[in-house]
Amino acid sequence: MDLRYTPEQEAFRREARAWLERNVPKQPLHSFDTKQGFEEHREWEKKLHAGGFAMVPWPVEYGGRGADLLEWLVFEEEYYRAEAPGRVNQNGIFLLGPTLMEYGTPAQKARYLPKMASSDEVWAQGWSEPNAGSDMAAIQATAIREGDHYRIRGQKTWASRGAFAHWMFGLFRTDPESKRHQGLSFILVPLDLPGVLVRPIRKLNGKAAFAEVFFDGARVPAENLLGPEGDGWGVAMSTAGFERGLMLRSPARFQSTAEKLVALYRENAERCDASLRRRVVECWIAAEAYTLETYRTVSRLLAGGRIGAEASLNKIFWSELDLRMHEAALEILGWRGELLPEAELATGVGAWLDGYYFALAGPIYAGTNEIQRNVIAERLLGLPR
Amino acid sequence: MQFIFSEDQLALQETVRDFLAGECPPERIRALWESESGRSAELWGKLAELGIPGLLVPEDRGGMGQSEIDAVLIHEEIGRAGLAEPLVSTAAVAAPLLAELGDAERAGPWLERIAGGEAIVAVGNEASPIVADAHVARLLLLSHGDEVHAVDPADVESVAQPATDPAQKLFRIGWKPRESTCIAAGKRGRALQAAALDRGALACAAQLLGVGDQLLAMASSYAVARKQFGKPIGSFQAVKHQLATVKVQIEYARPMVHRAAWSVAEAIPGRSVHVSMAKLAAAEAAAQAARTALQVHGAIGYTWEQDLHIWMRRAWSLGNAWGTISFHRDRVTDAVLAPDARLGPGTTF
Repeated sequence: MDLRYTPEQEAFRREARAWLERNVPKQPLHSFDTKQGFEEHREWEKKLHAGGFAMVPWPVEYGGRGADLLEWLVFEEEYYRAEAPGRVNQNGIFLLGPTLMEYGTPAQKARYLPKMASSDEVWAQGWSEPNAGSDMAAIQATAIREGDHYRIRGQKTWASRGAFAHWMFGLFRTDPESKRHQGLSFILVPLDLPGVLVRPIRKLNGKAAFAEVFFDGARVPAENLLGPEGDGWGVAMSTAGFERGLMLRSPARFQSTAEKLVALYRENAERCDASLRRRVVECWIAAEAYTLETYRTVSRLLAGGRIGAEASLNKIFWSELDLRMHEAALEILGWRGELLPEAELATGVGAWLDGYYFALAGPIYAGTNEIQRNVIAERLLGLPR
Repeated sequence: MQFIFSEDQLALQETVRDFLAGECPPERIRALWESESGRSAELWGKLAELGIPGLLVPEDRGGMGQSEIDAVLIHEEIGRAGLAEPLVSTAAVAAPLLAELGDAERAGPWLERIAGGEAIVAVGNEASPIVADAHVARLLLLSHGDEVHAVDPADVESVAQPATDPAQKLFRIGWKPRESTCIAAGKRGRALQAAALDRGALACAAQLLGVGDQLLAMASSYAVARKQFGKPIGSFQAVKHQLATVKVQIEYARPMVHRAAWSVAEAIPGRSVHVSMAKLAAAEAAAQAARTALQVHGAIGYTWEQDLHIWMRRAWSLGNAWGTISFHRDRVTDAVLAPDARLGPGTTF
């Protein structure tokens, strides 16, 4: 055990910090759930890419810098410390990227990863369907092979930023006779094809970036299949699972929120009771715990270990922590907590309300926390299905 | 940066786990409850053969010369076994405290005696008036203001304070500080007291992880074996989700305990706060594990003859030892809300 950064890691931290201090926009961008904000965020991603910081753990040939996961954690700490913009292509770079690295052919990697790293192509994910939510194996959308194409029919829904995204990755039933986890395939679908209809859905924050996508016989080239046909479930659940979770929700994000929560408490301490102070401190401790557990897990991975169902522990921990932090913040804000930023009396309300909307989604997306608790009980504690 | 244990450290942990599983089954713990002292000289001797009391005693004084990083895994096993022998006071606190003293300061032959299994040392701390295991101690390390005293148990009055855990032997000590017993005072005395508190709380935190692990394991196997409505109760989500929640709580307390061990071993400036975070989290996780394990067992878990309460009582008892949850939360709160606190991304290590 050695809980000190190496000189190389410290040097990388300084380099990232210096670049971010020079380049992070001084004014916050518009929400990436609006078309204007979406494009502003793509511009930022291009700048990040040009600076060599778009995807630090990716190989150089795909637009990364070949860093390891520890350096990734360091980069994320600096990224959140600098209050840099949210990652508009997170579904691509954090979720699809690692899966492409593991399952993609050389041609697929060369075709998709560089444009993903630069956000020339922004990705949405297509797991959920109207009748396949927590029960994802109930997927009905089909992709039927016709010569060198798949013909896609069905509906996907709850696609974040799907209203603006260029591509969707998802699971489709390539064997129409198949049941449950069998016969599914992981397919990459351009959203500008004939036969694809994207319909925006307004979500809790009132913005219409969420989307449902209808496929009415869209023809997708067969080379857009990722991994073996019929084993899409295995591809989707692959060992890259932990890495995806780690990248999507690295600890720095929650440490940054905890730091802001402590600052908010200090500004308003005289109006807060002792129980609120306790909640604030407990949130800060939990953000530290999440950080420590992540460093521990990354150390195990770098030493050749494997992570399986343990990823479910993470999902529960960060999503519930995020909610507790935003609930505490809104309570500290008191009567101001419900005001939108444009309200006359909304001084010092920050982005807590918007953050709260987003935190409310945490226990739902990426597998509900009920499903995660089932996974922990069955796969880590050995309880029967 | 490498947050993992070495092969050697993990191998020693496994050795101790196997040893305790063989030597310290629930029947033995119950037999000790009924004995006069509640302690077993024979078991202590075997622990000494394994090197456990002298884990932190330097090798040239007859010990294992290990660090808190090695010891933290051993204390997890002690907790898992439900073993209440005075290893927190003797092995985790007294040994390094005495090792820090020069012989002139009366560390004397005590290090060799601890390592050899000949001496149990009981230690008082500022967080409570209770001293555990004074009845079997050959040396008492007691605090008085900024002074630390090495006191002969024959010179004090010990009044037993029966507690919920029959394995926990607690005493109020009546004594008068004398110049001849004072081994450190002033800043040095305070530093030794602070180090003792950190080490005691760290060892308890590690034991609480083991206690929590064991409670969760017992509840999980009971949920597999016990059938109601024609199937194992562990197949019901109401049961699964409670146990999963405990698992989350334990697994996020664990890295805090392991980090605190590193911080104490390396004398990192923030070590006291790291220890308090660890003790707080481990005590809460173990208490939740106890509460949930009882609920999953139902009425059978509420009986004296079911073994569950061996570990439930360890959870309660260790939760109070070397600083309560509230005591440690206050220490963290003071640090987090201090005007110059370093918080936020990149400040953890």
